[in-house]
Amino acid sequence: MSKIIKNGQIVDDAWQVLKLAEGQTPESVSLPDVPTLLPLAVWAARKAEILANGNPVGIWLDSSEGPEAIANDLADFALIGVNFPKFADGRGYSSARLLRERYGYKGEIRAIGDVLQDQLFYMKRCGIDAFAVREDKDIEAALAGLNVFSDAYQAAVDQPQPLFRRRTA
Amino acid sequence: MYRYDSIDQQLINERVAQYRDQIERNQAGTLSDDELRPLRLQNGLYIQRHGPMLRIAIPYGMLASAQLRKLAEISRRYDRSVGHFTTRQNMQLNWPKFEETPEILGELASVEMHAVQTSGNCIRNITSDPFAGVAPDELTNPLPYCEVLRQWSTFHPEFAFLPRKFKIAVNAASEDRAVIRAHDVGLEVVRNEAGEIGVKVLVGGGMGRTPVIGKVVREFLPRKHMLSYLDAVLRVYNRYGRRDNIYKARIKILVNALGVEEFGRQVEEEWSFIKDGPTTLTDEEFDRIAAHFAPPAYETFAGDDASYIAALATDKAFAAWIRRSLHAHKVPGYAAITLSLKAPGVAPGDITDKQMEVVADLTDRFSFGELRVTHEQNIVLADVKQSDLHALWTIARQHGLATPNIGLLTDMICCPGGDLCALANARSVPIADAVEKTFDDLDYLFDIGDVSLNISGCMNSCGHHHVANIGILGVDKNGEEWYQLTVGGQQGNDTAIGKVIGPSFTAEEVPSVIKALIDVYIEQRTPSERFIDTYARLGLEPFKQRAYVGRDKRKPAPAAEESANV
Repeated sequence: MSKIIKNGQIVDDAWQVLKLAEGQTPESVSLPDVPTLLPLAVWAARKAEILANGNPVGIWLDSSEGPEAIANDLADFALIGVNFPKFADGRGYSSARLLRERYGYKGEIRAIGDVLQDQLFYMKRCGIDAFAVREDKDIEAALAGLNVFSDAYQAAVDQPQPLFRRRTA
Repeated sequence: MYRYDSIDQQLINERVAQYRDQIERNQAGTLSDDELRPLRLQNGLYIQRHGPMLRIAIPYGMLASAQLRKLAEISRRYDRSVGHFTTRQNMQLNWPKFEETPEILGELASVEMHAVQTSGNCIRNITSDPFAGVAPDELTNPLPYCEVLRQWSTFHPEFAFLPRKFKIAVNAASEDRAVIRAHDVGLEVVRNEAGEIGVKVLVGGGMGRTPVIGKVVREFLPRKHMLSYLDAVLRVYNRYGRRDNIYKARIKILVNALGVEEFGRQVEEEWSFIKDGPTTLTDEEFDRIAAHFAPPAYETFAGDDASYIAALATDKAFAAWIRRSLHAHKVPGYAAITLSLKAPGVAPGDITDKQMEVVADLTDRFSFGELRVTHEQNIVLADVKQSDLHALWTIARQHGLATPNIGLLTDMICCPGGDLCALANARSVPIADAVEKTFDDLDYLFDIGDVSLNISGCMNSCGHHHVANIGILGVDKNGEEWYQLTVGGQQGNDTAIGKVIGPSFTAEEVPSVIKALIDVYIEQRTPSERFIDTYARLGLEPFKQRAYVGRDKRKPAPAAEESANV
């Protein structure tokens, strides 16, 4: 069982991430029996079948996939993965904020992919609450990345009031 | 100017600690060079030709004298006693030691300074008018807007990993002195018909490989909506800007691909969800920040100072310096003065530790302890009494800070170029030096009058060559340095991109080609025309013709390449 950071703690986690291999299609790929984050395309193609399984459902959005595509399905998900194919690809920050602030998603949002210590603070601010830190990295050390700054200027998910509305209070 | 409160200071201190930890982890091997790269860039640290280069942020160019003294001390302790001012109104140190950079950032934090977001694919230092607050033609002081934007953009959690860098400039005067039309976002502070204050928003301007003039995406945006609207602009860019090709990743490419109307529609749609939310700027916050930029305690003068008028009449050298260096001030009896960092034999924008200390002293003595760095790589003392001008000049001149060439041919904008910068295709400082030597007769320079000559060592265009009357771009042709010339660019309200005159030249040829271009102007001008006016009337052809007279036919240089930050 692998470990992730969730709500500021290191916890065991059983979820797998399914990525379509060469030659696999969303329609034909077999759905694993273990808890699995499914690609958006698989969810889109086989919603009824996935829900009929009765297992908790998780999907993941790639950085080019916006949350608009699942806006009406959020109640179906136990968790949503936001993929960072490279840590310098910043689209996932917008995706996470949109999920929280626009679509009101309250469940777990998990950063997957190239997830590193020095990005965790901004990810947390954008509403990501679980982090599958890249496997070759020390997850204990990465925890420190969540609390680099004691405050922030901007409104975001973790602090909906910008500093200027709190400063004068 | 803005002074930190305890929270501002704490955030900067925490940033230093974060950076120190990152450097330590890199040295311990747990943070790879590739992983460190974007992190160090967002703290201004490049790895250059000879080693690291540290770019220190000077928000909208404003410095207190104590901060400049600290920069002098840092340049002496950690570098080679020289700093270089950039077109983003920042300062670069070219010879720091990698392992000492956390210490330097710690020193900077002690005077409310930092190197945050001076590089990297994030929102960069906000730039503005060096005459902000004192220019007679301004609607209002733009600097409170800049500081509001500085805080909003600092450690913005959503926009730290954009497709590419993002530059914002603010102007509030009738004449644009902040090049807002050549920025990713340009803001012009305006009033609408109802008398409300707000900003006109331009988007998608920029230089680089594909120079583009910014387009108006919103004619009027009430001030309170400035931040949420920019959040919407940045979000659309962050999500849909190209990431597959670094040369097509700036917002200008997205705006051009969609068309500004469609881009604007997407922004408005995005904005409709966040408008009037908590990010809506409050009047209380704006006023809190604006109070930091309140005018200093000016003395009251009825009119011009008699001793100053007398000195102008009797001291020709002083009068010549004043003619080039003085900018009008909105308060009677005061002047804004530009100190030239374009002295003969000095790399444009370079300033020694001693000069920094002299300027700091001059600032304390004559200009309420504050100064501004200009994007043209000079220094402005914005609040000098007329009665102090002669004394200021006397001291500035002793320290090589009073070359009377502001706005003239030798007041060149010039990037560090291939001598230092790892991105450069060619050297730029030796070209500036050669031009300076060719045009070393001051009377001749005065006769030529207003003309801008800018030099960039590569297509990244740090030297703003695209918007110069005469632009010089270093290009690489099979490992050799060549220089492509453009004519007819300009900054300001009529910002225009210069046109390439033809095949590029060798370094040796450049001064004589510049001479040829100037000769055409001198021969053809009417009494009232500046270089750019004669160009506008005659077009490119006569300049082009003359530039190639007596030169071998040669093939055009291959398309110049823009390189990415490293």
